[in-house]
Amino acid sequence: MIEFCSVTKQFPGGTLVVEDFSLVIPSRKTTVLVGSSGSGKTTLLRMINRMVDPTSGRIEIDGEDTALLEPVALRRRIGYVMQNSGLLPHLTVINNVATVPVLNRVPKKQARQDALLLLDTVGLDRSLADRYPSQLSGGQQQRVGVARGLAADPNILLMDEPFGAVDPIVRAELQTELLRLQTELDKTVVFVTHDIDEAFLLGDQVVILEKGGRIAQVGSPTEILSAPATDFVATFIGADRGKRELSIRSSPSGDILVDADGRAAGVLIDSAGGPAL
Amino acid sequence: MNWLVNNGDLIGQLVVAHLLIAIPPIILSLVISVPIGWLANRYAWSRGTLLTGFGLLYAIPSLPLFIILPLIIGTGLRDSINLVVALTLYGLALMVRTTADGLASVDPDVRQSASGVGFSGRSQFFRVELPLAGPVLLAGIRVVAVSTISLTTVGAVIGISSLGSLFTDGFQRGIGAEILTGIVLTIILALGVDGLLVLLGRILMPWVAVNSGRVSRRERRRARLAVVA
Amino acid sequence: MNLFVEGILWALDPSHYGGRNGIETRVEQHLLISLGVLAVASLIAIPLGYAIGHTGRGRSLAIGVSGAIRALPTLGLLIIIALIVNVGLLAPFIALVVLAIPSVLAGAYAGFEAVDRRAIDAARAVGMTELQIVGRVEAPLGLPLLIGGLRTASLQVIATAVLADYVGGGGLGHFIFLGLKTNDYPQMLAGSIIVIVLAIASEAVFSIVQRLVVPAGVSAGRPQDVRVRSTRSRTAPG
Repeated sequence: MIEFCSVTKQFPGGTLVVEDFSLVIPSRKTTVLVGSSGSGKTTLLRMINRMVDPTSGRIEIDGEDTALLEPVALRRRIGYVMQNSGLLPHLTVINNVATVPVLNRVPKKQARQDALLLLDTVGLDRSLADRYPSQLSGGQQQRVGVARGLAADPNILLMDEPFGAVDPIVRAELQTELLRLQTELDKTVVFVTHDIDEAFLLGDQVVILEKGGRIAQVGSPTEILSAPATDFVATFIGADRGKRELSIRSSPSGDILVDADGRAAGVLIDSAGGPAL
Repeated sequence: MNWLVNNGDLIGQLVVAHLLIAIPPIILSLVISVPIGWLANRYAWSRGTLLTGFGLLYAIPSLPLFIILPLIIGTGLRDSINLVVALTLYGLALMVRTTADGLASVDPDVRQSASGVGFSGRSQFFRVELPLAGPVLLAGIRVVAVSTISLTTVGAVIGISSLGSLFTDGFQRGIGAEILTGIVLTIILALGVDGLLVLLGRILMPWVAVNSGRVSRRERRRARLAVVA
Repeated sequence: MNLFVEGILWALDPSHYGGRNGIETRVEQHLLISLGVLAVASLIAIPLGYAIGHTGRGRSLAIGVSGAIRALPTLGLLIIIALIVNVGLLAPFIALVVLAIPSVLAGAYAGFEAVDRRAIDAARAVGMTELQIVGRVEAPLGLPLLIGGLRTASLQVIATAVLADYVGGGGLGHFIFLGLKTNDYPQMLAGSIIVIVLAIASEAVFSIVQRLVVPAGVSAGRPQDVRVRSTRSRTAPG
């Protein structure tokens, strides 16, 4: 469990990025921080592994105040995946994945063995192991980034807009992959995005942020969709434009779902996967 | 201090001699680099050839060049023309690349809109591209000016009078004050000419704040770091 | 041009080899001085440049000092030091180190600055210590620019080491200054030609090394970085 206790962050120069922020992030669930730029979501994420230190307030991991932990040791037991993968350009895929275990003095041979297994886990072909990041596609780089984040077998995985820079098709692929991984690995995932659809797709708990890290609403996607707490939330999730109000319309080729503007949004199926009748 | 007071005339002469050698190469390398830099960007073959060719001039040490050059241009070894030509070559080694890069960096949109509003090829070059490359040229010529003024002193060891003569003479006669005077005056000349160039840049290019390039790059970097932090 | 041929013949004449003033002895001296100067300058400038590049502090100071050194006439510096510490090798050595430091320093910090901030941020985020970031990320990625700085410094030092013999420091300047004194143009030319050959050889060696040290994963896009800094920190060789 990660707990923010009235955390405030003021950058030099006076900008108040986060003010009096409190939140409980449950273990073994995916929590998504979603908001537009300036909402302080990335700053909040980076405070968990002490890439940023709060100006005041406390962050606890399983009851331990992170301020009392050594930042480098803390970071090594927390996985971190960032936008544009953040891979080291001069290391091969396998050495990028093995970075943290090697820093932790795992024998090089074993670290490489483990890294190969991780490539399998994230759905990358082992033949890519000796390539350099610049020789991979954006989607492949992101997968390597995820593998690196998992390499030290951390309990916590921080993901900072990890799929922000890839095209929509690849993004959808990576999202599905992450959902699959999460059912397998059961990590505490903290995920930052500005894309509300991504948040609803991935999050067990979704935190909608306003400017300055103010929480507009916390809840499961269902709770937020069924009862937006404020006008801001309604606008943010698109409920005010009818984007979320779907209705069934019959057509000659079958029933489809349309949104309030009459745009086709999908088809209705029953939970067993077959067409609903 | 005494030495300085007693030798005011000599010092004055040497300052003049120094400037007479150092100023022409500064002006010449700027003027000559413009057509060459233009040519470098004009054709696919010319860029590599010209930039590498002039870049290689750098690899030639100055004193050996002062000695070999007379054989090629037919001047006497102790002729100051010899030194002027050599220093111009060094100036070109830097300025050709700088000018070519500066001209190449002019925003293609600006170039297009210039021809769009009806500039002819030649007037577009002199009224749009060259002025816009101005700040880069200025930065380059400032480096050339400072190193030319400093290099001029080396001519003293082959007997060409300049402030460098204070070094050789002071060494032979063991007068530290004379050498120190030479060093200080060379630096003052270098900084003075540099300052003059900055001033000239401000007058000729009122649209750019001096050093704006460096400041804004640092600002950008700071902004980027702030985002990361 | 006849004189030029005479100069080359002088340089090839077997009677000018062997002994204290033999060409090969002087070449060896010249190279040893240059290497020694580069080593000392590197010992001072690389750690300093790395510190500046890593922390981002002291950069404007370094640029200012480097600019001031560019304006400083090496001949004058060398002679005034010779007057203080006496003639011999020490004075030119010190002067050459002072001359070489700005280029090496600029290569060191420019190399660090050219490293993608996101790579450094990622390295820190996965738990590298600051020293590990320097050693495993910034130093290997910045190496091509550092070698570029050493290349410039090497050229400057080989060129300027000619002046060492003016204050009795040895090296290839011997033939030039003796030739000047005795009006022996072929000897002057021979010395000049050999120095030029050394300078070009240094350029060639460093340009090869520079290519070799580009980390395998980042071969693309490097040459441009090198070019960007070259107009700033290069000075004409003294």
